[in-house]
Amino acid sequence: MLGLQSYRLLAEMNRLLALLFHQGVLDEQFLQLLQLRDESSPNFVSEVVNMYFNESEKLLRSLRALSVDRQHWEYTKVGLHLNQLMGSSSSIGANRIRNVCIAFRAASEQNNRPGCLRALDVLEHEFCYLKNKLHEFFLIEQQRVLAAGIRYPDPMQQHPN
Amino acid sequence: MARSDVFSRQRWSEKTDNFGHDVHVLAVDDSLIDRKVIERLLKITSCKVTAVDSGIRALQYLGLEKNSVGFDGLKIDMIITDYCMPGMTGYELLKKIKGSSTFREVPVVIMSSENVLARIDRCLEEGAEDFIVKPVKLSDVKRLKHYMFGEDKISNEKQETNKRKLSEISSESDISEPDFSASPSPSPPTSISDSSTESLSSSPSLDSSTSSSSPASPQSSTPLSPPCSPSLLTSPTRRLKMTNLELD
Repeated sequence: MLGLQSYRLLAEMNRLLALLFHQGVLDEQFLQLLQLRDESSPNFVSEVVNMYFNESEKLLRSLRALSVDRQHWEYTKVGLHLNQLMGSSSSIGANRIRNVCIAFRAASEQNNRPGCLRALDVLEHEFCYLKNKLHEFFLIEQQRVLAAGIRYPDPMQQHPN
Repeated sequence: MARSDVFSRQRWSEKTDNFGHDVHVLAVDDSLIDRKVIERLLKITSCKVTAVDSGIRALQYLGLEKNSVGFDGLKIDMIITDYCMPGMTGYELLKKIKGSSTFREVPVVIMSSENVLARIDRCLEEGAEDFIVKPVKLSDVKRLKHYMFGEDKISNEKQETNKRKLSEISSESDISEPDFSASPSPSPPTSISDSSTESLSSSPSLDSSTSSSSPASPQSSTPLSPPCSPSLLTSPTRRLKMTNLELD
């Protein structure tokens, strides 16, 4: 029976993944990362994803801080942060975030301040969404691993008469 | 059931580690995340990895920097480096390596998120072995390892035996199926187009390489309680089978 519960949770994970793919939030690179797990590194993907969230949060905060200065928009620094965010987003398969970075970078190169601010808003929103969804994904996975790992004691073994 | 699956996967990873000798790769990337990913990709293909975060550190490790203490007997089989790095770019690092007497023969692979032809040409002209467009995939790394070290260091027979042994063990993990069939041409100049077409043609289902490399894959021997396997998620063909089961 617990095998069935584990199966249901797996189906839930697949559904969530399919949704995120369909929305373009994630791309095949995320699948690629999932393939790199094995019993020597079972937490590989959650580790990378957590690294990504930590790094991206800092980058977004820096970008937000840079955008506050009404006088002087530091396009070079913005460009550097964006490149970093773009690179890591691409490496984990955060497709939508990467695309917004591309738009942001274009706006920045054109000195389009309103465009940059809009892009930053979207970035922050996308980041929150991805973070929530991936937390959900790993939570379900934790539950599934637990459900799959529980074993009923064998009644025959308990009463060896 | 789950326990035996874990056991068989352990045996597999032990086997691939005994590939003769371990290929030692020096990976250079300023991005922490990219370093972690490339490290994992290389380890999964049974390479020993040393990862550093800059060109300078790479040169120090190789003993090519003024203040570094190079030690004799450092064996590096391949260097893979990001192009865009603060300080020293991958291109500059490439030039330094190719300019050294000790390491100029070591194949250097450049990674870049930008698919700029001029950049690719420049790197190849400077002696880069290959140029990979990021994000780097397992198929890229396998292809690299295969055409650089496939014929030289590992005999073909050993490859065949491992291939057979790997397909005996249940095909739960996509990694267990060596991707040799996915690279049509081993020669370096054409490999750039290979990797880009690979990334273009690969869909989220990642099915082309898995289905072709194990035609006799023992799908019938798949344990009936696959939901316990965490790698189930990774195989799209398996996912399809699961949904079919659901409908039954």
